[in-house]
Amino acid sequence: MKTTQLHAWHTGHGANMAVFGEYDMPMWYGAGAKAEHLAVLTAAGLFDTSHMAVVLVEGPGAFDLLQATFTGNLAGCIGPAKAPLSPGRCVYGAFLDEKGHVFDDAIIFQVAPDHYMIVVNAGMGADIAAHLTSQAGTLDTIRITDMTDQLGKIDIQGPAAAKILSQILADPDTVFKKLPYFAFQGYFVADADITPPVHSQSGAAVLVSRTGYTGEFGFELFVSAGETVALWNALLATGESFGIVPCGLAARDSLRAGAVLPLSHQDIGPWPFRNNPWPFALPWDAGQTAFTKTFLGSQALLAAGDADYTRPFAGFDLRKVANPAETEVVDDVGRTLGTVLTCATDMGIGRHQDRIFSLASPDKPEGFKAKGLCCGFVKVSADLPAGTLIYPQDKRRKLKAMIVDDIRPDRTARRPLKDML
Amino acid sequence: MKELNELNLPEDVKYTEDHEWVKLSGDTAKIGISDYAQDQLGDIVFVELPGVGDSFAKGDEFGTLESVKAVSELYMPVGGEVTAINEALEDAPELVNTDPYGEGWMIEVKVSDASEAESLMNKDGYLEVLKG
Repeated sequence: MKTTQLHAWHTGHGANMAVFGEYDMPMWYGAGAKAEHLAVLTAAGLFDTSHMAVVLVEGPGAFDLLQATFTGNLAGCIGPAKAPLSPGRCVYGAFLDEKGHVFDDAIIFQVAPDHYMIVVNAGMGADIAAHLTSQAGTLDTIRITDMTDQLGKIDIQGPAAAKILSQILADPDTVFKKLPYFAFQGYFVADADITPPVHSQSGAAVLVSRTGYTGEFGFELFVSAGETVALWNALLATGESFGIVPCGLAARDSLRAGAVLPLSHQDIGPWPFRNNPWPFALPWDAGQTAFTKTFLGSQALLAAGDADYTRPFAGFDLRKVANPAETEVVDDVGRTLGTVLTCATDMGIGRHQDRIFSLASPDKPEGFKAKGLCCGFVKVSADLPAGTLIYPQDKRRKLKAMIVDDIRPDRTARRPLKDML
Repeated sequence: MKELNELNLPEDVKYTEDHEWVKLSGDTAKIGISDYAQDQLGDIVFVELPGVGDSFAKGDEFGTLESVKAVSELYMPVGGEVTAINEALEDAPELVNTDPYGEGWMIEVKVSDASEAESLMNKDGYLEVLKG
């Protein structure tokens, strides 16, 4: 079993620990998963995500290797105008096999020309590095390095994140001047030859990225492993007056489910990576019928138009089905529609009449109390439109739920940074 | 996560291996879950209880507990007929976390066979189970 640099902090602060992706990780702390989830909607949450794996791909040919293996088109993935990925920008997508099935999802950060940092899931660093090495074949100009054990990663998420981070960074004005969603500044080593460095006030080199996996405004911070604990403590101390709460993986899971983000190897996996809520991760052309590049798995994907449909759903109260693996989804007369991939409770939302509101919704009805709704993803054989009633059932209970296009409304992830300071 | 020596394990209740507690008075048994169980489950956000008048045998599932992460079953420590349920849990399921032996109680049953209670553990026996 592996541990992160913050393991002793977690166990010393009452965390309920469990193994996730080979790592002994905090599920929640004393405040409890509900309070942690709500803190990210209203103030800020701090997550140790150092279990995530980081692979560097550098040298001539790096661009070509990633173009041939990653679902996103690095030559045209930024903004509505589909600008090329450029230094300081990052993009979400997946690595597939030749069947179009998901190996893992990833965010690729372009640090400099032919210098990419790839963030994949816990335990996947060595596998993705080996996969890319094998795909590179005889192209020996490319260096592929699994950096996971050398780095720490901390996510600060929530509307107060920028206010807190601005008091930690040495020069926040410069860092925040141009940092839209899915952009980053700095690197985990200070080397001006690679990219202009960003430092914390205590002198640590930091990569500051406008990303996260909660659907809420915030940052992911990458530092060399030895700097992790000091950065964590500084963020907690500074964040105290803003209501920051250390958060475990349970809150991360419920937040991401409500934000319609997939958990790799659960919501995406050994089936074709299409007919799902994440078409932006594929290089569809304007007509949504062909791809703007070829890549490993692209032919199989194009031929898999009749693959099962992955659709988000939201329930009518907070009850869940016990074990998605032992659950089926049926229609109103009991016919099987498919299976449940994720069933979580977003404790920050509730229904009022026929709408879902978040406790962060500016137009929530007076006296609105977020009682929580069960939500997640189902994989069904038909393309069920939003509004379709479905019934996830396990051996104990049959829940009523509805296919939806979105779950937790009024998320803050894309809000302009200047509005959050 | 609480260390074993931080757990609140009252002497005046009996325990099961499924982490329920039972407080017997005459042929009435009050039932809930232990401090260890609530600590392991984390935030309880919903409690599903049976109806008054329902009868269960020892070991039957009588309800469920939902935490943010999971759904867990509740099992009858002794057989009997449900004579009362804790209706406060409907609006305040967190009472199971904050006061598992007091306001977080779940059901009261009229015990059908008093000898079933003899196999329940006292605090020391339960602690041995928790030590593994």
